[in-house]
Amino acid sequence: MSDTDTHHSNYVKIWAILVALLVVSVVGPMFEIQLLTLISAFGIAFVKAYFVVKYFMHIGHAARFVGYLVVMCLAFMLLFFAGTAPDVMKPDGQNWVKPSWQEAAPGAVQPKSEGHH
Amino acid sequence: MSAARPIATTRMAAGMPTGRLAVWWVIASEIVIFGGLLGSYIMYRLAHDAWSEQAAHTNTWIGAFNTLVLLTSSLFAVLGHKAADEGDGPKAAKCLWLTFAGGATFILVKSFEWAMEISAGYTITASTFWSFYYTAAGLHALHVIAGIIIMAIVAVDAAKGRELHRVELIGVYWHFVDVVWIFLFPLLYIAK
Repeated sequence: MSDTDTHHSNYVKIWAILVALLVVSVVGPMFEIQLLTLISAFGIAFVKAYFVVKYFMHIGHAARFVGYLVVMCLAFMLLFFAGTAPDVMKPDGQNWVKPSWQEAAPGAVQPKSEGHH
Repeated sequence: MSAARPIATTRMAAGMPTGRLAVWWVIASEIVIFGGLLGSYIMYRLAHDAWSEQAAHTNTWIGAFNTLVLLTSSLFAVLGHKAADEGDGPKAAKCLWLTFAGGATFILVKSFEWAMEISAGYTITASTFWSFYYTAAGLHALHVIAGIIIMAIVAVDAAKGRELHRVELIGVYWHFVDVVWIFLFPLLYIAK
């Protein structure tokens, strides 16, 4: 038996909510409105993940440092994103340019200027 | 008698059994692995509008079906945890086998999906999008396969009323695999 003091919820109800959210995340983008797609697909993904982590993984009943551990890892992920995104997403910068990048990705953002080498 | 049990089931550290602590450490490291992969995907996807043309070839309905399968398998995993907490080993084992069936279905569907895509020419070297697609979905599928193998081992013991605490541990891992797919689904199948 586990040593947990887990308070078990009505899991079938949580599952039904998750399935309803899944339906919304599939139907929402069909309207092809960018904002609606962002909210229905990606916004709902966060809500679904919250439900799973809170009610299925019982993170609220784990030791407090588990929550800190998860938040710290997510923070490192954001740090990684913030630190590398400018180099990955921009075609040029201060004293550097990616000429082949444009050829490889015709739909990419155009460079601001051609003067950097 | 307690000496015959794995030490991770009887020893406490940081206010919880070390087995549970270990699972959360695994999950923390997995967040960094999948986070790095998904973060990289998002960067490239935002910078390359042309990727939407590639993503248009993924099948949303197959992705949605697999999401439903994983959500349902997570339900059975947590019901197994509840049964284990109540000391009902056979019921916990039954729930774990249903979870196993969900994971196996997911892999089966994924295999058919990949076979269709590869036969249509969308291989891992077709473009950077497809490289990310196969890497992210493949890494996730490996986690599903590992999960169902461990699930089967735990279910065999649980059916005999042994090591019931492990039902919770494999369940927590399985829910994390579910959470990863919850984010992979819109990224790979909906953002077109």
